[in-house]
Amino acid sequence: MATTAIPRRVAYPTARSRVYEWLTTTDHKKIGILYMTTAFTFFLLGGVMALLVRTELAVPGLQFVPQELYNQLFSMHAVTMIFLFVMPMFVGMGNYIVPIQVGAADMAFPRINALSYWMIPLGGASIMAAFAFGGSPIGWTMYAPLSATEPARGVDLLLMGLVLLGTSSILGAINFLATIFKLRAPGMTLMRMPMFVWVTLVTSVLLLFALPVLTSGLIMLFIDRNYGGGFFDPALGGNPILWQHVFWFFGHPEVYILILPAFGIVSEILPVFSRKPLFGYRAFVLATASIGALGFTVWAHHMFTTGAVYLPFFSFFTFLIAVPTGIKFFNWLATMWGGQLRFDTPMLYAVGFISLFLIGGLDGAFLAVVPFDFMVQDTYWVVSHIHYVLVAGSVFAIFAGIFYWFPKFFGALLNERLGKLQFWLLFIGTNVAFFPQHLLGLDGMIRRIADYAPNAGWTELNFLSTIGAFLIAASIVVFLWNLFITMRGPREAGDDPWDANTLEWATTSPPPPYNFEVLPPVRSERPLFDLKHGAVTAHGVARPAARGETHGEMREDAPEERLGEPVEGHEDQQGEPRGPAAEVSAEAPDATPVAGRGEPDVAQAQTEDRAKPTKPEEHS
Amino acid sequence: MSAAGGVIVPQREEEAHGPIGHGGGVDTAFLGMLLFIGSELMFFAGLFAAYFNTRAAAPVWPPANIDYIEPFPLATPATIILVLSSVTMQWAVWRIRAGDRTGLKRGLAVTLLLGAVFLGIQLYDYYELVTVERFGIDSGVYGTLFYTLTGFHGAHVFGGLVGISVILLRASQGQFSGRHHIAVEAVSAYWHFVDVVWIALFVTIYLLK
Repeated sequence: MATTAIPRRVAYPTARSRVYEWLTTTDHKKIGILYMTTAFTFFLLGGVMALLVRTELAVPGLQFVPQELYNQLFSMHAVTMIFLFVMPMFVGMGNYIVPIQVGAADMAFPRINALSYWMIPLGGASIMAAFAFGGSPIGWTMYAPLSATEPARGVDLLLMGLVLLGTSSILGAINFLATIFKLRAPGMTLMRMPMFVWVTLVTSVLLLFALPVLTSGLIMLFIDRNYGGGFFDPALGGNPILWQHVFWFFGHPEVYILILPAFGIVSEILPVFSRKPLFGYRAFVLATASIGALGFTVWAHHMFTTGAVYLPFFSFFTFLIAVPTGIKFFNWLATMWGGQLRFDTPMLYAVGFISLFLIGGLDGAFLAVVPFDFMVQDTYWVVSHIHYVLVAGSVFAIFAGIFYWFPKFFGALLNERLGKLQFWLLFIGTNVAFFPQHLLGLDGMIRRIADYAPNAGWTELNFLSTIGAFLIAASIVVFLWNLFITMRGPREAGDDPWDANTLEWATTSPPPPYNFEVLPPVRSERPLFDLKHGAVTAHGVARPAARGETHGEMREDAPEERLGEPVEGHEDQQGEPRGPAAEVSAEAPDATPVAGRGEPDVAQAQTEDRAKPTKPEEHS
Repeated sequence: MSAAGGVIVPQREEEAHGPIGHGGGVDTAFLGMLLFIGSELMFFAGLFAAYFNTRAAAPVWPPANIDYIEPFPLATPATIILVLSSVTMQWAVWRIRAGDRTGLKRGLAVTLLLGAVFLGIQLYDYYELVTVERFGIDSGVYGTLFYTLTGFHGAHVFGGLVGISVILLRASQGQFSGRHHIAVEAVSAYWHFVDVVWIALFVTIYLLK
């Protein structure tokens, strides 16, 4: 009776404003959307800068932007696209997708996750504010002594902004690694993780070890500029080449930070739209890890012409990277080979990625040839190479990912006809814009110039490249229209519109805040495929492993989790957490061993399992 | 373990000491701290690379007209104090692992004091160098390197002191026990890291000639 007399006190306001909710959210899905929206906004800004640059270069003579502004534009275009578009875009996708793909309810550190996000708009604002303070006309590579002596205050804003963005990335990397190592669902061993999770893991390691080095370099530059430091000033005993070492020690892993997530997205999409498993899963994992490791050994191939580095070493290791990259290419082709291909928009982008990224990759191999590199250093060949890997590579994969996961994010499929129109505009535009730049580079056209002589013979190719740039812009307009009509339309995509394999499609679209009502059992790297096609199909991979053949206690009670049945909480009778924690022993050999089984046995157990498929009932 | 698939009971929490063993594997928060320390290591690696790159390229070291900064009378005592603070920090960790909250508080307080003394010595050293020796961050690349490396280390010591203050405050409210003290473990790992960086800095700047 007394309870009715007490006025009802609400612990939380019942109707918080949606704006407040988005500003204070720690939900990895909302933070992912915030990341992607912010990144896309900066993509549009960076795109406008690129159009201004290309418009100026369309014909000889200075017609459109003054030289000072031109220098700021190409510098800021690169900084914006790399640090404010591609990196946060991939982090945003990872934020949304990775926890769901490993079967977790959120990231390991949700509030640090929110902190990482909010540093992006803050750092972006600092970088954009540079335009109001004399700009930052020092290129994205910020080479000393130019960057150390450039009087514009905008450079300091750029440095501060980059330190913020770097800190954001480091915290994000820590968060991803802790999530992947600690929060995986029962049964999700390392070698059963979706490929996108694997590339996020390797990318996070690269971020964790490469970005602090950039931060130290940025701080040295800041001290040189503001406190009379002499790091890069020969008059004070310093050395400008030091900047290049520090920058490229970060810069080359950075290139893989920008492309490995793209590899992961394509590796998610190809199996789904080919109706086959990913060919060579283990080779793919090894190739990803070795690209990451080799990424730290090749920084000085950006510095061949300085004469300060040992050429054969860096040339050799650069060539070596072609091996794991080649393995990936053959794996992708073999995945598609003999499959039932469906060319929906995500698949179109994935195939477009494979075909065009190949060109960018081959360009890169050319640059590893020392004499060739001496010839094309700082020419449009390099511009062409970077755009074939970042536009035809990263941007194509980003659109592939957006079209693929959009129904998961918002419950609605993007329009297919507009998507295909956008794809072809982007595909043609990319080639028209960047292929002529190969020829310009071979012909000796230097990058970062606002003008060129009318009799140099470069006019036609430059004009063609500008047309390509506007075709790309047109494709983005089509995409914006597609976004607009899709967001206004009905949300009836369903949970699994692509008939996919991984856990994110096993929950609703969009998922609830806690991600899963029921977590499917994980018995292979394609848990949803196993769920849909039953335990003892011809594929023979979806059944609980025989006792003792896999690691840890979570597999010992596998018979309780018959396929298709809900996992009853994630605790056993003792109330002890069972699951991801047990598997960490595999990564940290000095940690408490669980049942004495390490990771290497899992793969063997999987192989053995395939040989003798058994019904789950036999174990109970 | 029965044929029906007996459940292996994970190590019981009471038996687990320190960050290792909570249901198997490293605690998530502690793993986060280890990864963060990894990134900090790379930050200092960048600064050390600058030092050795510059030193290798210089015809004479230290550059002309500049004397070595001597390890006495300030740097060596400071080093001993910082190493001692690592010992007291570890002692505090061992105390709380054994469930001794008073010992934890005492250990943390002594560590805080020693860390503050270290910072005080460093600031006094800076003051002396700048006012008496006229040796500043703009006194050539040697000065830039000295102040940047030791300064960023000092900033990290300050960060560690903030962390120790926070856990001392929490300890005084009785928030830690023999089973739940992951924040103490994490701050302790960070503090040891800061100490190790100083030893490397001390050897590099003061001893390597």
